[in-house]
Amino acid sequence: MKIAVASGKGGTGKTMVAANLAFTLSRTCQVTLVDCDVEEPNLHLFFPSPVTVTDVNIAVPVIDEKTCDRCGMCGEFCQYGALTVLRDRVLFFPELCHSCGGCTLVCPKNAIHEVPKRIGAVTFATVLPHLNLITGYLDAGNPHAVPVIRAAKKMAENDNLVICDASPGTSCPVVETLENCDACILVTESTPFGRHDLALAVDVTERLGIPAGVVINRSDGQDQETLDFCANHDLDVMITIPFDRRIAAIQSKGDLLCRVRPEWQKTFCSLFDKCRTLAGGD
Amino acid sequence: MIRLAVISGKGGTGKTMISAALADLLPGTLVLADCDVDAANLALLLNPELISTEPFMGMKSAFIDPAVCTGCGECGMHCRFDAVHAEGDAYRVNPIRCEGCTVCVHVCPVKAITMQPRQTGEVMYSQTEWGHLVHACLVPGAGNSGLLVHAVKRMALDRDRDCDLFLIDGPPGTGCPLISTISGIDAVLIITEPSVSGLHDLKRVVAVCRQFRPRILVAINRFDLDESLTDTIRQWCAEENIPLVGKIPFDPAVIDSVRKGVPITRAGDSPAAQAIQILKTNLEQELTYHNNQR
Repeated sequence: MKIAVASGKGGTGKTMVAANLAFTLSRTCQVTLVDCDVEEPNLHLFFPSPVTVTDVNIAVPVIDEKTCDRCGMCGEFCQYGALTVLRDRVLFFPELCHSCGGCTLVCPKNAIHEVPKRIGAVTFATVLPHLNLITGYLDAGNPHAVPVIRAAKKMAENDNLVICDASPGTSCPVVETLENCDACILVTESTPFGRHDLALAVDVTERLGIPAGVVINRSDGQDQETLDFCANHDLDVMITIPFDRRIAAIQSKGDLLCRVRPEWQKTFCSLFDKCRTLAGGD
Repeated sequence: MIRLAVISGKGGTGKTMISAALADLLPGTLVLADCDVDAANLALLLNPELISTEPFMGMKSAFIDPAVCTGCGECGMHCRFDAVHAEGDAYRVNPIRCEGCTVCVHVCPVKAITMQPRQTGEVMYSQTEWGHLVHACLVPGAGNSGLLVHAVKRMALDRDRDCDLFLIDGPPGTGCPLISTISGIDAVLIITEPSVSGLHDLKRVVAVCRQFRPRILVAINRFDLDESLTDTIRQWCAEENIPLVGKIPFDPAVIDSVRKGVPITRAGDSPAAQAIQILKTNLEQELTYHNNQR
């Protein structure tokens, strides 16, 4: 089973929920946690461990200046403006390249071949006896998060129980994270911002056909509007975590609520049971 | 015109709350943009009145005519984005995955594939008490958020280029929307929080900003939730020569103002509002300095 943790709005506590859920479940079964927030991955901060690193590369074109006759077809084909053909040479802007391979296909002289270019990395660590952590890192200044997310998820593709921590937002990195997941936990906070972005996130899970449930985090007791929203959208509020400076302090120091206060493990076990129900399991 | 973007790296550190308060406090004429296009919230604090809406067309998307498709599969074999899948006897493009590269159009032996324009969002131009606001919505799940950020910025600069200040509420992260946000910007104000995640993400977003040319400024929100980590952040900023221009305390008045839908500086006196006054003064000094250097 694959569970995604997403939110729309940033900073609602996705990573906190993913880390505590994985920690709790790993006491009884084998779990893989995948940090798909490759722009700002944080799960590793809660599970410091030695890692093995694998580069994530995309294929980018190299033009053989001797064979190239500057016909211009590659530049015309490229939809991203990554190739500009001048009279005496071809300029390539690697940060614009999506690695579609089109330029190599259209070149009539076969003057283009592809070489790997690093855009990020995926790290693997066994952080607890039954918990593996896979983290995707996008290199600074690189815009293409999706291939790094894909590589991180691929490393976990044969694992039985996988929890994927998504980035904030609702665009392509979130879609890439959610795809093929069996259930999605949407973490929200009871503010107009939280609800506005929850509505967007629900729209994404519905479009992808992924059953979703809600976790209300940092509740100050004024949850009625969020509860109404969830009732109207047929979303189960699976657990509610109160605002508590002590909980915030545990999290801000990089520790885990369920480790420091084991009584919380019961809550996260019930969250898992509800995810299983969402996914249609027993 | 000074161009200032409020960004954060980590999500949920208070970019929007602080952007709205700065819009309320900073002097001079102002144009605002919400560049967090996949979860835009600034409008929820500024009570905007919509003036006009323009469709946003992302990259075109491939469409396979099932009547022409012979099911040979060449398109699927060449698609690097896993966007083409067999459906019965023909193939079909998943528009969410399609990046518009046109490789499938090129390889299809029977010319069954065409590129179709696709509206993936809207750019909105609104009036607020503080100036014009350009904001957007992206069809949930759509790509091209970096392009939409570009469209939002361009509308603001085209229509309100004579303003003294261009204030942007930016996206979290370090990828395509963030890079699109900070390109051509004079200064970024990075909002962080005293947590291991906040500090880690601050370092990453600073590394990205340094590849461009904005002046980098930092403010710490909810600084009193962990004073020792606040101190660590302060030290790190000093070592990196990054001015720390503000420290805002944790204050329930902030949530109340968000629930009321007004900038915190319009919700009565509060510790957070006072701290943002100081932030505004420091920021003005830094920006004036920056402007004089040019």
